[in-house]
Amino acid sequence: MRLKLIHVSFIAFAAVLSCNDSEDPIIINEEEVITTVTATLTPVGGGTIITLQSRDLDGDGPNVPVITISGNLAPNTTYSGAIEVLNETVTPAENITEEVEEEGDEHQFFFTPTNNVVTVAYADMDINGDPIGIEFTLTTTNASSGNLTVTLIHEPNKNAAGVSSGDITNAGGETDAEATFAIGVQ
Amino acid sequence: MSKKYYLTYVFVCFTYLLIGQNCNLKFTGTVKDFHDGTPIVGATVKIEGLKTYAVTDSKGNFTIKNICNSIFTVKVAHVSCEERIIQIDLKKKSLYEIRLEHHIEELNEVTLRSEVDKKTKTSQETVLKGNILARYSALSLGDAIKEIPGVSSINTGNSIVKPVINGLHSSRVLVMTNNVRLQDQEWGIEHAPNIDINSAGSVSLIKGANALEYGGDAIGGVIVVNPTRIFAKDSLFGQTTVNAQTNGRGYGINSSLTKTYDEGWYISGQASYKRSGDFNSPDYILTNTGNESTAFSLFTGRKKLEYGYELYYSYLKNEIAILRSSHIGNVEDLVDGINSQQPIVIDPFSYDINAPKQEVTHQIFKGTFYQRFKNFGKLDIQYDYQNNHRFEFDIRVGDDRNTPAIDLRLQSHTFKSTLKLDSNSENTYKVGIMAGLQDNFANPSTGVRRLIPDYEKFDFGFFTLGNFKINDDFSLDAGIRYDFNRIDAKKFYQTSRWNERGYDVDFADIIIQDFGTQLLVNPVFDFHNISISAGIAYTMNDNSSLILNYGLSNRAPNASELFSDGLHHSAARIELGDLRIQKETSNRISGTYSYKGEKASINIEGFFNHIQDFIYLEPSGVETTIRGSFPVWEHKQINATLFGVDLNMSHYINHQFTIQNKSSFIKGKDVSSNRALIDIPAFKTVNIIRYKNEKWSNFNAELQSEWVFRQNEFPNNNFEAYIPRTDSFVLVDISTPPPAYHILNFRSDFDLKIFKENSVNVAFTVNNVLNTSYREYLNRLRYFADELGRNFMIQLKFNY
Repeated sequence: MRLKLIHVSFIAFAAVLSCNDSEDPIIINEEEVITTVTATLTPVGGGTIITLQSRDLDGDGPNVPVITISGNLAPNTTYSGAIEVLNETVTPAENITEEVEEEGDEHQFFFTPTNNVVTVAYADMDINGDPIGIEFTLTTTNASSGNLTVTLIHEPNKNAAGVSSGDITNAGGETDAEATFAIGVQ
Repeated sequence: MSKKYYLTYVFVCFTYLLIGQNCNLKFTGTVKDFHDGTPIVGATVKIEGLKTYAVTDSKGNFTIKNICNSIFTVKVAHVSCEERIIQIDLKKKSLYEIRLEHHIEELNEVTLRSEVDKKTKTSQETVLKGNILARYSALSLGDAIKEIPGVSSINTGNSIVKPVINGLHSSRVLVMTNNVRLQDQEWGIEHAPNIDINSAGSVSLIKGANALEYGGDAIGGVIVVNPTRIFAKDSLFGQTTVNAQTNGRGYGINSSLTKTYDEGWYISGQASYKRSGDFNSPDYILTNTGNESTAFSLFTGRKKLEYGYELYYSYLKNEIAILRSSHIGNVEDLVDGINSQQPIVIDPFSYDINAPKQEVTHQIFKGTFYQRFKNFGKLDIQYDYQNNHRFEFDIRVGDDRNTPAIDLRLQSHTFKSTLKLDSNSENTYKVGIMAGLQDNFANPSTGVRRLIPDYEKFDFGFFTLGNFKINDDFSLDAGIRYDFNRIDAKKFYQTSRWNERGYDVDFADIIIQDFGTQLLVNPVFDFHNISISAGIAYTMNDNSSLILNYGLSNRAPNASELFSDGLHHSAARIELGDLRIQKETSNRISGTYSYKGEKASINIEGFFNHIQDFIYLEPSGVETTIRGSFPVWEHKQINATLFGVDLNMSHYINHQFTIQNKSSFIKGKDVSSNRALIDIPAFKTVNIIRYKNEKWSNFNAELQSEWVFRQNEFPNNNFEAYIPRTDSFVLVDISTPPPAYHILNFRSDFDLKIFKENSVNVAFTVNNVLNTSYREYLNRLRYFADELGRNFMIQLKFNY
């Protein structure tokens, strides 16, 4: 019966299908993880450089991010700001800022102050002329205190109302990183 | 000879006999079809060694006169049956029950057994026939079995439909396809069973863990998918179904072809393809909800009465897009999603399947062999191999854009053998043994820490079942099963997580290697489980019957419950397994009352299930990461009770009109903390009015009203989250169920004659006739979007 031949080839096929080997798993060091967001604020016209840093070395692990603020901002000063995003779970640390810049049209940083402690304006743009926020200017007025939340959104709707001027409300998208810094101006 | 493949069981009942010294013995009997009890006409009953024989009349009756000896051999045969030889001793017994094995049944014997041979005679079992399943050709198994009261589904969108039996799902529901236990990472709520509904000929659903032959851990129930039955009208025959629908602009085709030969050889194949684009709710397009499915199966073998074998292969590939707006970054995005009345991303219609999406391939290879021994029983031996390959694509950036976030390959080998002792048709016994080896490989090329680790699993089990017919009215089932499971995993933990869980104290000895920020550990766990099933069926009278049963079952924790550890983007939550989790134990009692009359039929099923150490996923706090804050859901163990009543009533107004009601009511409680269980289906009642008229080309039409109440009993897992952007706290309402809803569905079909002998069945269906906007509690994407709007479907079914 010719079906017999089919039956034999069937079994051969199954034998090939089930070939398998197993060994110890390989460690995965996630490359896309953002562990560190650092904003460096350089006073225009000279003065003390201030850094704001949020660092979470275990990524989505249980440890909370460590916030470090190098000092108070000076009143009535304009700072030129730059953001660096790192993945420090790998050695050497991976600079994710470059990726954000390359895909600038799909990313945007938002700076949301409370108590009007500072005002922030974008100083860069993507291929469509919309802001990214890797570079920005930050301006202080009189002595005060409040929070500044820095949020990196992936795939925001940059055409939605207010988004290109830095209002996160209608941005949509997904949060890739978010850090809140308690700012003092004095 | 090709016509010998008919499914028949034959009862020969000796209704009268006379014993004497001379040749004046006489015996009479009836030959009937096992399935529907219809008499078999023209069967021959011949006494071996003599020329004496009888042929059954139009009522299936026969008489043989002038028999000399009370001990003789009878050969019963029918043109569509394989003949059978039976030893008769008139002095020993006055009433014999003889079963003939039918040849077509032999083709599908193993899987049809539960339906035909009702081993679950005393369980809550419902069978969905092919004509019902055909209605769901464009949908899924999970959609089809919701026809049965007490069965619902937990969905992720509209294409990922996971069956829920009496409130239980995932690892608590066992799916058998062609007598193979489906091993397809069924632990995940967002993992739908990898079954092509078009390859199913019928589906048996058994509530509770009473079908011990399949496994001892089916606390929820067992779904047995039987392959398409082959009717040997000709030596070459097949069926093709095509369908199209407006919602999602979907289309599908399914075709099957079977060739049978003399001497028991046969070969059969089936293939299907389905495609759909973005679906729409009444008010908007559900962006990225399309799907594509390709499947085929092939089986071939040889069946003889005494022995036979079969080889089977099936392939299924599903690519399913998941609603774009359900992929979120952190709790703030979740709050935005919940508060927004519609999905945040709505794009024009497209057939594209983009991330987030799933791509799952499931392959099954099976070989079976059986040998029948005269006056003893039948031995079955089966080996199966399954290969399940699951990709899940998240929205990623840069070079990883097209790299899956999950890449799991689960390979399972199972060997099993059963021995059925049925030489005494009153009391039958079955013993069985199984051994399984499973290997899960989580591909590191995803670049994402493994959600489920690499593991090997070893299973060994044996069981014995007995079915006893006490008298004409009572029958009793009893069974016991033992299972051993060993899971041997190799998993990386973040050192911070390992310490936070307290594993550094309890499990310090299982660390293999320390990589600084991560630890490689080797947990090995053994579980021993005993399951027991007992049931009694009582036929009260011609119309009424009663079934009572009890089941004890144990389930070992699955890989997800033990090891899961990571962030779920679809739920914006961190899910954590627990290495300390032990098995759970269910004690379930249930009862069924059934009435079948000329004017009405009623089926009432009730159950009570107490589950000790029920493994349960529950929020335990909030963790803050650099992405923002996330609720943490942990696997815990509690004691739970579930009870419910499922009702199915039909009233036959006249030959044309029928009204039917199907309702299910269930309550689930966490008795450890005295609160409701999560994801328990709300009360649901379905009313159907049906019209049929055979004279109008077999015309059928039905209007169905489906009313789902609001689930008022739910655990309150809402939490307050700090929103830094606004420097405020908001309540994240992840618990409150959506309101009640009512939808109408319409369906009709008729046969269209094309050729002399062939006809086409044309079916027209409208789901959600009134285009009602609603959300369903048991849909994991209910926070983000409404359910589907109105959908017109047309289906053509050709038989040839």
